Amino acid sequence: MDELRELYQQLILDHNQNPRNFREIENYDFHKKGYNPLCGDQLEIFINIKDDIISELSFTGMGCAISKASASIMTETLTGKSLSEANLLFKQFREMAMNGKITDGLPLKLSVLSGIYKYPSRVKCALLAWHTMHQSFDTQNIVDAKTE
Amino acid sequence: MQLNPNVIKEDFPLFKKHTSLAFLDNASTTQKPQCVIDKVNEYYNEYNSNVHRGIYQIGEKATYEYESVRGKLLQLVSANDNYSAIYTSGTTESLNLLAHSLSKLVLKVGDEILITEMEHHSNIVPWQIACEKYGCTLKYIPITEKGEWDISQIDSLITQKTKIVSMIHQSNVFGTINPVKKITELAKAVGAKVILDSAQSIPHGNVNIVDLNCDFLVFSGHKMLGPTGVGILIGKTEILNMMPPFMGGGEMIYTVSMESSTWNEVPWKFEAGTPNIAQVIGLGAAIDYLNNIGMDNIHAYEKKILAIAEKKLSQVPGLKIFGNPQKKGTVISFELDGIHPHDLAQILDEHNVAVRAGHHCAQPIMNKLNVPATIRASFYIYNSEKDINQLVNGLNSALKFFSIQ
Repeated sequence: MDELRELYQQLILDHNQNPRNFREIENYDFHKKGYNPLCGDQLEIFINIKDDIISELSFTGMGCAISKASASIMTETLTGKSLSEANLLFKQFREMAMNGKITDGLPLKLSVLSGIYKYPSRVKCALLAWHTMHQSFDTQNIVDAKTE
Repeated sequence: MQLNPNVIKEDFPLFKKHTSLAFLDNASTTQKPQCVIDKVNEYYNEYNSNVHRGIYQIGEKATYEYESVRGKLLQLVSANDNYSAIYTSGTTESLNLLAHSLSKLVLKVGDEILITEMEHHSNIVPWQIACEKYGCTLKYIPITEKGEWDISQIDSLITQKTKIVSMIHQSNVFGTINPVKKITELAKAVGAKVILDSAQSIPHGNVNIVDLNCDFLVFSGHKMLGPTGVGILIGKTEILNMMPPFMGGGEMIYTVSMESSTWNEVPWKFEAGTPNIAQVIGLGAAIDYLNNIGMDNIHAYEKKILAIAEKKLSQVPGLKIFGNPQKKGTVISFELDGIHPHDLAQILDEHNVAVRAGHHCAQPIMNKLNVPATIRASFYIYNSEKDINQLVNGLNSALKFFSIQ
């Protein structure tokens, strides 16, 4: 059970039970629905940008403890970051989730999920919010979001 | 004769390697007994060659072994001379074959296909594709809270326009054994062709194709102790003769010229290319193994183990079983209040309990239940009360882990 305890440590359980920024933003700049067809988990990401900085980031949806906690921690971490910083953190987090590699400068809070790579079927859970966030502001979606 | 799961377990090498594993994902796939593995090896070791081609001894032997499994399959479902057995890669391919070839034979613009809300994706998606292609409408028999078909409006669902009715015999989510005979009767009255998806029912008891009066029966080898990669389509030869081929290639032809081709006879017309020879031969050994135990004995034992499982699970705090059908096979879908199925499956894995967490390829049911996923425990002949206790212990431990109890 020790490895499992490490995976589901207190911070994860806390974010699962009391997810931060768990709400819709009405007048968002970017919005994207994310879906994990393997397990049926779905979430929505809402983003507001002010002067190239993420001023508001929130999510809604259903998911397992890992996907919910990961989304919650992501919203806390990325609020106040620029889009290019968010992009870099996305790449670093993805690297950690898939290979367990922690890059210098990765916020400590994100490293609570560093053990997820040992559970390949759960990596998608940890990455769902991040992928959705990342896709929400790619070029195609900027057009979509504005014409929605 | 009463079946002893502990004796049966001895025949399965996987349980020698994983001695404390409670494998409760049998609706997904079953483990393989030594005799099946040996039979597959025997083909590769002793007479590996293509079928229907080699004019040499090992080729003849391979063809004989491969062809003789058809008879075992027809016997397994008590088929008479009106039926033929076709090998496919699985239930999914069997259904796609029908959605392609049967649709081409019987569908025209404005016709209707009837399925049910209880179907596996493999019995939904191929019909959606066929409906789009032929300009037809796909209708669904709804399901109730109990996990049964709601046939109160059946008269408006089966009409003169209904040309194909394709339905699941036993639900892979609720375990419901469906009243298919009633539907078959109504479908036949309007001249519709009837398909039964028996992937979940064949491994667990007696399925009689003549009694059920369906035109086609589809199932998979790997859910009944056989190898993966082999599925079956048993159908009325008369209809199969009229149906156009599914895939083109070697084996399925009679003559080929530069301009056109003519088709081989049923069943080979539907078996293009080199088939899954080893897997078919292995499936033959699985059928012999099941027949040795006796389908009646299997059915009786499963009834017993299901009752024990339902009783013990109902004592776990916060556990909700989905569906409560009158007739039910060895499948239990449930949730544990406050714990997502994925997290729960992870904790159960730590207790060496293998269950399925997900939508079970039945998203319409999940939408109806308003859940993203469920946990599913499904039992087979090697599962004993010990496995159920292990599952219950795992669930109680999960409640503690997530500080719910």
